[in-house]
Amino acid sequence: MRALFILLEKEFRQIFRDPAILRMMFMMPAIQLLIMPLAADYEVKNVKICIVDYDHSSYSQKLVNKITATDYFRLVDYTDSYDKALTYVEHDEADLVLQIPSSFEKDLIREDEAPLFLAINAINGVKANLGGAYLRSIIGDFNREVRLEWLQLPRQNTQPTIEIESINWFNPLMNYRFFMVPGILVILVTMVGAFLSALNIVKEKEIGTIEQINVTPIRKYQFILGKLIPFWVLGFVILTIGLLISWVAYGIIPVGSFVTIYVFAGVYLLSVLGLGLLVSTFANTQQQAMLLSFFMMMIFILLGGLYTSIDSMPMWAQTFTKFNPVTYFIEVMRMVVLKGSSLYDIRFHLLKVLIFGVVFNSLAIWNYRKRS
Amino acid sequence: MNVISVQNLTKRFGSFTAVDQISFNVEQGEIFGFLGANGAGKTTAMRMLCGLSLPSSGEAKVAGFDLYKDAEKIKKNIGYMSQKFSLYEDLTIRENIRFYGGIYGLTNAEIKEKTASLSHTLKIDDKLNTLVRALPLGWRQKISFSVAMIHKPKIVFLDEPTGGVDPVTRREFWTMIFEAANEGTTVFVTTHYMDEAEYCGRVSIMVDGKIDALGAPQELKEKFSAKDMGEVFLKLARGAKRGDD
Repeated sequence: MRALFILLEKEFRQIFRDPAILRMMFMMPAIQLLIMPLAADYEVKNVKICIVDYDHSSYSQKLVNKITATDYFRLVDYTDSYDKALTYVEHDEADLVLQIPSSFEKDLIREDEAPLFLAINAINGVKANLGGAYLRSIIGDFNREVRLEWLQLPRQNTQPTIEIESINWFNPLMNYRFFMVPGILVILVTMVGAFLSALNIVKEKEIGTIEQINVTPIRKYQFILGKLIPFWVLGFVILTIGLLISWVAYGIIPVGSFVTIYVFAGVYLLSVLGLGLLVSTFANTQQQAMLLSFFMMMIFILLGGLYTSIDSMPMWAQTFTKFNPVTYFIEVMRMVVLKGSSLYDIRFHLLKVLIFGVVFNSLAIWNYRKRS
Repeated sequence: MNVISVQNLTKRFGSFTAVDQISFNVEQGEIFGFLGANGAGKTTAMRMLCGLSLPSSGEAKVAGFDLYKDAEKIKKNIGYMSQKFSLYEDLTIRENIRFYGGIYGLTNAEIKEKTASLSHTLKIDDKLNTLVRALPLGWRQKISFSVAMIHKPKIVFLDEPTGGVDPVTRREFWTMIFEAANEGTTVFVTTHYMDEAEYCGRVSIMVDGKIDALGAPQELKEKFSAKDMGEVFLKLARGAKRGDD
């Protein structure tokens, strides 16, 4: 016990004597939480649209007004040449081209049916998809209005129309920041924990002090615990700073209890730090440790469900996310912050992450060799 | 009484045999010089005896414990000062003493007492709270040695302790080694300086992983009809096949 205490004392001294670590502890949460949610915006606005109107009728005019009235679209040009519109696409000045054929109004009235042509610039897949979808729904609306207008006698309305009203549970205004900030906080805690712990033992290897430690009668588990606990505490500090920033800057106050968040974070940090320590028992230089943990973190974060929905991943990737601790913490943070889930609701998440922690740390202790 | 006994100790790295069946005994209180050119296998042999490296074959007992079975018990009884720098540069002298003392199980009172006596003998009263980073190499080496001795080990292993240190400090360092030996600590030391070899009770000279000569400096000089240890060393080392590392 005393050896562990002595180790901890030394680690904390070294951490507090390192201005880079201290700066990182405060700057990283602040910068990531203040800037990333503003930039990482899911909503697609300002889709650049070019409308080619061969009809110039009152109906085509109505449709154009309806499209440009929303703030999703920005009209680049209103022209009567498809070729000209295509050059806008080629120069990346337009994302969508809507072509209204010359007989639009005539066909609509006479045949009850009129085609529209939509060309989408698919260089930016997300924008193209969402832009196309917005436009389709606007045209759908327009279509309904036209039909209602033609049915002059509402009381004898034989053609029922269905109106859809939706309520957004847990995030009524669909504020994507409520959705992103808890996730970014997870990434933050993960990165700091994994990198710092991965680099620490390797640093001692590089300087040579590890030899001096290995020649003492200290036990392996004491040494690993001595490395684990300081970063565990550090992780909590960063989480707290992050929660404070998301409250002050975005007004996000978890619906659920802080106890739930901290209990889960404690177990989660154990698994992330264990992973970092495992890396550092394999690596011989800080460079190796950095590259290896960067590689793993990239995969964990990109497949963690922060930026892309796990439900839309292919089956094999969904299976992988079951072995990704980051996934669980992001889910839990969103559940607790937005929905107010309790410890009981997240018990399976907690159990799985605990298993990761035990496995990673046992491997780290097992793979740490006092004798080569 | 032998505190170190080694029989046919061997270490292979793949097809390369770094240490090739060496055998020797070291008695208690002896200053045992472990000489050899760069790459002769000195450090590897020493690392095996300290329990840092697992032997490929052979037998060894250190401080009465078997190297294979009781490596952790050996560690309680030895001190080690590696070639690489072994103090924490971002801690002060006082903090380093506290750390290593604490790890070896010294109580707070003992650590306090040790710190006081060390600062007195090394004359570093005013430097105790200085970061090790800011100290000159010679000082660091003397402090490293004192820290390696902090738990009064039976044997202390010193791997090129005076490399790169000025002559005056080297002298002071050897005075510390003599004092330790007088108090009954066995000193196992590697060095490149042949004048230091003369200070040792017995000397072994390693060439290409094997011990080519072993005995008191006087004996070796007579055997190889050389006027000093430098000549003995040159005669043996010239036969080496392995290059300088």
